[in-house]
Amino acid sequence: MSGARSTTAFRPRRLAAVARKEFIHVLRDPRALGIAIVLPMIMLLIFGYALTMDLDRVPLAVWDQSRTPQSRELVSRFEGSRYFSLVARPDSYREVEASLAGGRTMMAVVIPVEFGRRVASGRTTAVQVLADGSDANTTTLALSYAESVVRGYSQEILVERIRRLTGRPPALPLDLRFRSWFNTDMESRIFIVPGLIAVIMMLITALLTSLTVAREWETGTMEQLVSTPLRGTELILGKLVPYFTIGMLDMLLSVLAGRFLFGVPIRGSLVLLFLVSAIYLVGALSLGILISAKAKTQLLASQFAFVATFLPAFLLSGFMFDIRNMPKALQVLTYLIPARYFVAFLRGLYLKGTGLAQLWPECLLMVLFGALMLLAAIHSFRKRLD
Amino acid sequence: MSLPSAGTSAVTLRDLERKFGEFVAVNRISLEVRQGEIFGFLGPNGAGKSTTIRMLCGLLEPTGGQGTVAGLDIRTQREEIKRHIGYMSQKFSLYDDLTVEENIDFFSGIYSVPRARKEARKAWVLDMANLQDHRRTRTGLLPAGWKQRLSLGCALLHEPRMLFLDEPTSGVDPLTRRAFWDLIYRMASEGVTVFVTTHYMEEAEYCDRLALIYRGELVALGTPAEMKDSLMADQVLCVTTDRSHEALGVAAAVAGVRDAALFGRDIHLMTGDAEALAPRLRRTLEEAGFQVGTVARITPSLEDVFVSLIEARDRAEGAQKEFKV
Repeated sequence: MSGARSTTAFRPRRLAAVARKEFIHVLRDPRALGIAIVLPMIMLLIFGYALTMDLDRVPLAVWDQSRTPQSRELVSRFEGSRYFSLVARPDSYREVEASLAGGRTMMAVVIPVEFGRRVASGRTTAVQVLADGSDANTTTLALSYAESVVRGYSQEILVERIRRLTGRPPALPLDLRFRSWFNTDMESRIFIVPGLIAVIMMLITALLTSLTVAREWETGTMEQLVSTPLRGTELILGKLVPYFTIGMLDMLLSVLAGRFLFGVPIRGSLVLLFLVSAIYLVGALSLGILISAKAKTQLLASQFAFVATFLPAFLLSGFMFDIRNMPKALQVLTYLIPARYFVAFLRGLYLKGTGLAQLWPECLLMVLFGALMLLAAIHSFRKRLD
Repeated sequence: MSLPSAGTSAVTLRDLERKFGEFVAVNRISLEVRQGEIFGFLGPNGAGKSTTIRMLCGLLEPTGGQGTVAGLDIRTQREEIKRHIGYMSQKFSLYDDLTVEENIDFFSGIYSVPRARKEARKAWVLDMANLQDHRRTRTGLLPAGWKQRLSLGCALLHEPRMLFLDEPTSGVDPLTRRAFWDLIYRMASEGVTVFVTTHYMEEAEYCDRLALIYRGELVALGTPAEMKDSLMADQVLCVTTDRSHEALGVAAAVAGVRDAALFGRDIHLMTGDAEALAPRLRRTLEEAGFQVGTVARITPSLEDVFVSLIEARDRAEGAQKEFKV
């Protein structure tokens, strides 16, 4: 009989039928459209704007007990710095304490009564800086800004004094010439947006596909499909097609938003960017399908997809926390998180303009991840009810 | 191209068995379904009807025994079988968010209906299901009976020679059910073998042949007429009284009555000898103060047959258990 072979053979037409049906599902399901288009944009906006690690305009309180030209000079230097914004002028320690405790200010500078006199007479003078140390990272950063303001003033006083004694300004022994590469303005947004794209792609795609197989089990349509000649490969690949399209659309939207909304330049090759994204996408989508096929209910599948993709991609990919600062055990674990490679790839390509020459290990591992997940997804579908 | 021939049998089962852990859902069933007949698979809920039909359609693997469908082995040629059968599961299983036409197109693609036949088959389904005016309606908005017709149509798109229907009419009203059976007849007249499970007695009467399944076992096999004539060990006496409910207990206690059951306002009594029992029964009931109308032997309905067969089996099993203890 001629049909014996064609039953087990792969038929593109059956794949196309599944893909067309899945497109219709997505286009008619407002929930899916929301996850597909609205959620990534919201995430980009929220994280892009809120998740800045830069410290600007630290709210500052100054208690100037000296009220001399010297003390006013110091205060004006704090006012002039873009890192500080003077919001309070307390008149007592009680007020200083209240402003710090109430969170209205993050830092207080206390200038002693004898400040002006001692500076004028060339003696060492203490300036007290009180900081709200709740957030250790931010405080450290703010303290270093304060230190540089104070040191700058202190140095100028010294230079002035020497000039008056010797008649000419002294040459400073060391001159630090600092230049930041890749992110010249040191804006954390430029660092965050590429990583964010990796996290968004992982979450959205896994969330979208996690529902697709589980829904068919829940509504009973899977039983009908199992009774037809449809093959697992045709079903899984057919389901991937529309979500892959949506994923690439999301990628395009994210890249455009990064470029024009956040002004993040892309220094590397656009072709490579989209090629590698496509590979990463196949892996992430397949992971979602795998979860969906195993969970068999939509609720369980979407919850599991969230935990299995978003959390590792967010916390362990190097997007939020530097992998080098993690405990050894966690560092080893991050090698299993595909987002780690995509984050590294995107940052390299966006910020440094690096290509395959430097990033091939990351790309290779993503290809491996994609292939493994795709195979696992296809094999996860058993054409049986038991 | 023709189906591989297995004589004239569309389905053959030999000691088919399916266990779920310790539970035996289908216990060594053997039967044969002839080509072109409407074969009814009758039994209460949980008797193993769906499990059997799923094994026949290649959805479940048997844990014992053998079987063929259209001459193909249900253990080793399951994917091949799927090309030659249409299956309608118990649950409505089309896509609610797709239109009528989109559902048809989808299954047409899945069953690889030749492109040249595609439009003709679609027209045939729309015509059969009487949905020509609703081809762009979302399937979810259709009434249950219409959905069922569409399901049937989608299962027939590839013109299978065998149709498996798992409780196709559960949850629809009797008129719709009757209309659905007209479609089944139409398929059968075109030479399609129909294997249908049901727990509705009146549907069983529509079948060419019946198998009664109870607790996973085959209890009886034959045409509806054969079952009524020969399988019934008991005769049935129909009694009408003024207060049937109260009279039931009195009647059941009369010597020679094996079983008594209410059928509407009548009492049906199972007995070995209806002629001898009738006068004694009338006397006993009248002495107890009931007004007795007619006492007559009747031809048993299928329901009588099944109640009788199942209760006989329960009695035998009960006796066996007592004996073992």
